[in-house]
Amino acid sequence: MSTQTNRKISTQESLAVTLLLVGIALAYLLLFLGLPLLAVFVEAFKKGWALYWAALQEPDAWSAIKLTFIAAAIAVPANLVFGVAAAWAIAKFEFKGKSLLITLIDLPFAVSPVVSGLVYVLLFGAQGWFGPWLQAHDIKLIFAVPGIVLATIFVTFPFIARELIPLMQAQGKEEEEAAVSLGASGWQTFWRVTLPNIKWGLLYGVILCNARAMGEFGAVSVVSGHVRGMTNTMPLHVEILYNEYNAVAAFAVASLLALLAVVTLVVKSLVEWQARGQGVRLQN
Amino acid sequence: MAQFRAHSVLPGFNLALGFTLLYLSLIVLIPLSSLFFKTAELGFGGFWDVVTSERVVASLRVTFLTSLAAALVNTFFGLVVAWVLVRYSFPGKRIVDALVDLPFALPTAVAGITLATLYAPNGWLGQYFATYDIKIAYTPLGIVVALTFIGLPFVVRTVQPVLADVEAEVEEAAASLGAGRWDVFRRVIFPAIYPALLTGFALAFARAIGEYGSVIFIAGNMPYISEIAPLLIVAKLEQYDYAGATAIAVAMLLISFALLLGINALQWWTSRRGAR
Repeated sequence: MSTQTNRKISTQESLAVTLLLVGIALAYLLLFLGLPLLAVFVEAFKKGWALYWAALQEPDAWSAIKLTFIAAAIAVPANLVFGVAAAWAIAKFEFKGKSLLITLIDLPFAVSPVVSGLVYVLLFGAQGWFGPWLQAHDIKLIFAVPGIVLATIFVTFPFIARELIPLMQAQGKEEEEAAVSLGASGWQTFWRVTLPNIKWGLLYGVILCNARAMGEFGAVSVVSGHVRGMTNTMPLHVEILYNEYNAVAAFAVASLLALLAVVTLVVKSLVEWQARGQGVRLQN
Repeated sequence: MAQFRAHSVLPGFNLALGFTLLYLSLIVLIPLSSLFFKTAELGFGGFWDVVTSERVVASLRVTFLTSLAAALVNTFFGLVVAWVLVRYSFPGKRIVDALVDLPFALPTAVAGITLATLYAPNGWLGQYFATYDIKIAYTPLGIVVALTFIGLPFVVRTVQPVLADVEAEVEEAAASLGAGRWDVFRRVIFPAIYPALLTGFALAFARAIGEYGSVIFIAGNMPYISEIAPLLIVAKLEQYDYAGATAIAVAMLLISFALLLGINALQWWTSRRGAR
């Protein structure tokens, strides 16, 4: 032992290098993440509580908040059902074209949000494929609430599926096969065996999906038509207020979205921590 | 059917796959295919005229150059952040770690107005740059700032798990053979994390190219100077020029696809060189 110590083996950086690296990392994160997060709230409360509350109680703000919740309340469950169905088919069965299917599910992430909105305008807009038919039947999808919901579903499409597919693949299908061979029906097997196994992954996917659904801007902006009090979601309302130089009101609504982001991060960390305790690996 | 899939005792395959394919087609595939049909309507000549017009070329150049710059900034600092989070412990590390995902959780419009306010000439940060006559908000530099924010988590999150898996024994072996700390990093650790670093770079780059919400507030949106391609798509749509908007979208998709293909080829080439 003592003969070895004369040659120093370093698998650690010197203290100076360590401090330098930690300093760079923290300064970078403070500059790009901490400061903006802080600034949202400082700007929102700049002119006091009264103006902050007034901005949130305005009818247009309320209708934007409501529409944001409606869009998320439809998009998240729709993508949840899809995610579970896709993961069940992909993880529990062997079939041809599986990897192509997985790639196609990820497509919405590869497309610019603006293009996600554009494709629905091409389909359902006044000059779109189904435009004349929709007009003849007096149905409005684009520049109306259904278009906003569709665009939201599109941009959040992969979140839950891509969380569940690797998780269910890693868990295999032995437990389900055992349940079925003991006489359980398909639904019983799913509710009693599969669901308890995937609950953390499911919750994780739902949280990420919901954050994006409530915060989406580009895609929704293209199909919304920006009718105040009618087709404005919270992010779109923020844009309108900001462009009207009403910074306090813009940041007041933005602070609600920032709060949503903070809650998302906290719940996400808690779920990660729970899942790690049970040996479940989640995809970021 | 028997040949299409292997036998299984579990039920629900037809229902699950049927629903998956139906939903995928209705929500994603059919809408996306409209891009190519609309471009086909335009014909190749019409498509080429739109995407080679001066303003479109300028916007594509702004989009790709600022995205590249932001992705490079994030690759360097993302590596440092991942390193610090994996290798060192300090008070508040778990909070810092969770905060890295903020750009995924914070709506882009909120990021946009906040960064524009911070970096405006009279903003918290902009005022210090203004004294040196540097303008950030409402210039291409502002676009880079917004895209850096948006892409920040990608490199950190791809490198972090790989770096955590690098075995301490390998580093000890290299060190005991006389390698200095920098040599160990350069010759042992870096080759192990290089593919993840490249993947993170590609993800950040791809995300930046399509980004819209955070950029438009800080960019100033001056044609030829700080106008990004997604904004030009929106502008064409507002003039009911569906074909023009679609042509730019398709051009963006094609260029991104070519770039990602190039990055994949680079990754394949370096991994083959490493294996030899």
